[in-house]
Amino acid sequence: MSSNQTDPGSPAPKGRGAIPGLIKGLATTARTLARPSHTAEYPDAQPHLPPRSRGVIALLEENCTSCMLCARECPDWCIYIDSHKETIPAPTPGGRERQRNVLDRFAIDFSLCMYCGICIEVCPFDALHWSPEFEYAELDIRDLLHEKERLGQWMPTVPPPPALDPGAPEPAEVAAANKPPRAARPARPATTVRPQPPAAQGDA
Amino acid sequence: MSHALELVLRTVSVLAAFLVLPLLVGQTEHKVMAHMQGRLGPMYAGGFHGWAQLVADGVKFVQKEDITPRDADRPVFKLAPAVSLVPYLVALAVIPLSPTVVAADVDASVLFVLAASAVGILGTLMAGWSSANKYALLGGMRAAAQLLSYELPIVLATASVALAAGTVSLPGIVHAWHPLWLLWQAPGAFCFLLAAVAELQRPPFDMPVADSEIVFGPYTEYTGLRFAFFLLSEYAGIVVMSLLFAVLFLGGWHGPFADTIGWVWTLLKAAAVAVVVIWFRVAWPRLREDQLQRLAWLVLVPVAIAQLALTGVLVVVTS
Repeated sequence: MSSNQTDPGSPAPKGRGAIPGLIKGLATTARTLARPSHTAEYPDAQPHLPPRSRGVIALLEENCTSCMLCARECPDWCIYIDSHKETIPAPTPGGRERQRNVLDRFAIDFSLCMYCGICIEVCPFDALHWSPEFEYAELDIRDLLHEKERLGQWMPTVPPPPALDPGAPEPAEVAAANKPPRAARPARPATTVRPQPPAAQGDA
Repeated sequence: MSHALELVLRTVSVLAAFLVLPLLVGQTEHKVMAHMQGRLGPMYAGGFHGWAQLVADGVKFVQKEDITPRDADRPVFKLAPAVSLVPYLVALAVIPLSPTVVAADVDASVLFVLAASAVGILGTLMAGWSSANKYALLGGMRAAAQLLSYELPIVLATASVALAAGTVSLPGIVHAWHPLWLLWQAPGAFCFLLAAVAELQRPPFDMPVADSEIVFGPYTEYTGLRFAFFLLSEYAGIVVMSLLFAVLFLGGWHGPFADTIGWVWTLLKAAAVAVVVIWFRVAWPRLREDQLQRLAWLVLVPVAIAQLALTGVLVVVTS
């Protein structure tokens, strides 16, 4: 009865034979049977996202100077910015009036956005932030155009920035504030005779 | 009067078993497959461990429209699910769970069971032929070829056991059974199990219903409840074949306290066999058509004949 190799794979491929593979298959499925599955039950259980995950872009409107850097760098051209200039009266009499940009519209079209994050990288004033919120699917693609009010609503979901490494240098702002005031420059001796430059020649 | 009452009682109990056991196997298949494949889908319906999955399936099947193709051979088309389902009910009636727990105590019950369960195949052929669909016809032809090939190992393996026991009655075979048969009849048992899986057209022998090539084989045109009946007949077939395997090769009701709870032993052994059949489905890839035929004619039939010869020699020598 040594010919009892009656497994269904048996027109065996030359060489190895089908029986070990079939038994291995049985063993694998049996092992899987004994283990709990690792499926993430997403709608029932929220996923644990890392703090820097890219869900949606939040706008801190006060920080925006309408400099248009983000809109210019955006590879998809999905950022729309409208602004106008306002004149601020001079704070002191006789001073100069100043102008500043006022943001009218800031919108990101998330149906175009490819979540590259370049706008956040280039923003000089930290007006744009990554939020890990990702559940903003819509039934109509036009509803994915988020105006600045909606972008501002994502702001509370932005996690705080990670703490600095223990050995890291101080942040630039802190370092500047903590720097001791510069010592007064020593007065130039009055006796110094400034060397006269040689007279220009033949430059007529 | 009491004779008629007993008849009704036996009929009702067989019918109840026929309605409950296949669903139990179906539920087991859902759960075992889900666990073996690391899936959570069938664990959702109804709450705890997805207990309502089969109920949901049933509701879904009932809701579907009942379609008969215009060119179909209507009476044959409509009769096919019943033809594939009822023979297993008939077969179930004569399979003994214990010397007393048997609906119909027929003398040549081995022959009866084999004959009855072979009729179930006819439903598949009728479905494939009458659907007026080339895919269904192709699936039906494949089914016919497969059933022709695999009926032989089943009959030969069963004949070996009957020869060893010296009787063609299922209770008689179990009475003659001895634990040594587990070794002695093992090749035949293996042939029987594989051929039974093939007979039920279950993976890895589901060439006739290969959904990636011929859509769903003989069942392509079936919808709703008629399709559900085909599925149910597959599970009823698992029940019948598992019980038959348990009775023929695993000693049926032999076990501790066989006098009182013998039928539980039979059911437990059959359940284990059914789980193995489900396990095959998960673990093994589908056989190609030529591999399928090679396996039947070049492996299973020779092994079964060798088993039969061995049994014959040993029976003659020892008696």
